Amino acid sequence: MSILEVRDLHVSVDADGESRQILRGVDLTVKAGETHAIMGPNGSGKSTLAYSIAGHPKYTVESGSITLDGADVLAMSVDERARAGMFLAMQYPVEIPGVSVSNFLRTAATAIRGEAPKLRTWVKEVRETMEQLAMDPSFAERNVNEGFSGGEKKRHEILQMELLKPKIALLDEIDSGLDVDALRYVSEGVNRLAATGETGLLLITHYTRILKYIQPDFVHVFVDGVIAASGGKDLADELEASGYEKYQKSGSSA
Amino acid sequence: MTQTTHDHVASLVGSFDPADFVVPTGREEQWRFTPLRRTGGLVDGTAVSGAGISLTVEAPEGVTTQHVDSSDAQAVLLGAPTDRAAALAINRAESTTVVTIAADAQLDEPVWIKCVGSDATTAAFAHVVIDVKPFAQATIVIDRTGSTHISDVVDVKVGDGAHVTIVSLQDWAADTVHLGHQRHLVGRDASVKSVIITLGGSLVRLVPTVAYDAPGGSAEMFGLFFAGNGQHLEHRLFVDHAVPNCTSRVTYKGALQGTEAQPSHSVWIGDVLIRAAAVGTDTYEINRNLVLTDFARADSVPNLEIETGEVAGAGHASATGRFDDEQLFYLQTRGIPAEEARRLVVRGFFHEILQQIGIEQLQARLVARVEAELEGHGV
Repeated sequence: MSILEVRDLHVSVDADGESRQILRGVDLTVKAGETHAIMGPNGSGKSTLAYSIAGHPKYTVESGSITLDGADVLAMSVDERARAGMFLAMQYPVEIPGVSVSNFLRTAATAIRGEAPKLRTWVKEVRETMEQLAMDPSFAERNVNEGFSGGEKKRHEILQMELLKPKIALLDEIDSGLDVDALRYVSEGVNRLAATGETGLLLITHYTRILKYIQPDFVHVFVDGVIAASGGKDLADELEASGYEKYQKSGSSA
Repeated sequence: MTQTTHDHVASLVGSFDPADFVVPTGREEQWRFTPLRRTGGLVDGTAVSGAGISLTVEAPEGVTTQHVDSSDAQAVLLGAPTDRAAALAINRAESTTVVTIAADAQLDEPVWIKCVGSDATTAAFAHVVIDVKPFAQATIVIDRTGSTHISDVVDVKVGDGAHVTIVSLQDWAADTVHLGHQRHLVGRDASVKSVIITLGGSLVRLVPTVAYDAPGGSAEMFGLFFAGNGQHLEHRLFVDHAVPNCTSRVTYKGALQGTEAQPSHSVWIGDVLIRAAAVGTDTYEINRNLVLTDFARADSVPNLEIETGEVAGAGHASATGRFDDEQLFYLQTRGIPAEEARRLVVRGFFHEILQQIGIEQLQARLVARVEAELEGHGV
């Protein structure tokens, strides 16, 4: 049973030569089999949390700790974190011209699994996962994220997640820019992985829309770089009805 | 004031007589990036002609090759050049090689024009005319290897409804100097795809141009260059939209690496002119340069001039930089180690152009060539 523990995490970012504090003491525990939703207004720092855990060089961890099954994540490079079992599905996946999806997937799977997957079973595995996400087989021959629609990019992220089977998956605004069909396929992919009980999911979202498709066990309200409140699914319903204002006000008066 | 595309290209008057052009000093817009002192008399005309190249044409059925005088009607198919070096090349070439692809021919094998240099101490001049008759479909490879100082002009006339892919490969030895013009004239509803790959040579300066004979033409111009070890690689494109409803796409990618002793330099100029009559034009040009080391300089200048309000699309982009950190981060979050991620990104960068060639054997040779360059520099 894997466990991700974030303790008193303070993170800053360099903007125009000035260091700006974004995370101000985040505490969070995500266990395999759990689905957490982090909700918050724009600029609250919720994406920064995901990128800090994944190790984006833009962010500086000032203090605090991140561990995965007790191992110090902050001491690992970005790729070591991934090989330790972390996965980040990005809001804006990056284009990699000239690198085909099939080459990319196989290279990633080889890195994560520590050996090249057997070709015959691999081809089948990729094809079946793509079918479940309603992705055309020709997709595999396209260059990574190049000319992909918003929905194709997000399905491609979920495809990778399902193939790489991470211990902890961070999904940054996986629902943004999706039409209803794409949202359904993406959610089904997330739910398939959640159902294995082997993966802890951290769903970062601005809207409650995706929570109609994915049932979170825990909901956290993220405001001004901290978790302002935590609760169950009912907290999301409350946010849907009354927004973030209540938490923003209490945040600023504190 | 900045000189516009129109000023420095369209106002030039063509001539077959080199004496009609002043000898450039290096201050002219057209020549300001070129190290003229390294051109060995190919521009001022002082170069002594030798027998430094052999030019052979291997072609399947449906193709004829002739050698005609430079004043022959077939030789002047694309009109007078607007550049001194081009005028000199035509003027001093022993003869003009005319390759004619018959109307309606569907070539299943490429036409190979092999240009092999064997002497870099004397100058060579060459003029090739490729006349693709209406509704033909052909792939042409111009394969340049060896040591030489050469100035050449390749003229490609794409007849109405014809579809042509022309790959020109500069796989020269390290001491070669090559000044080249590749002119394309695109007929009604015809298309041309040009892939220019420049890897070898000490100084290579190429001027690919596109003009349209009639509406409905399309041109895709791809380019790839890899400048290292003191090389100067220059590509100056000019697409002249003077008739309605034509399209152009220009995609050039370069990689550079240099050392303090041997800095390298690449130049990419993308001039696109949409004249008043060229309504419905759709054009986009892009240049990306990947700078792998210090001591490498990439100049990239897109120029887009539009004289009509009724275009379907017009845009350009240019970016020069080191590795894209976001690409590396993305790959690393998938467990791929930094070194391998860099390799993937660089090879992908080249592959995007190489995959346009469509000739497996040639593609494999170029992948191996690029691989050797990269390995040599530990990338």
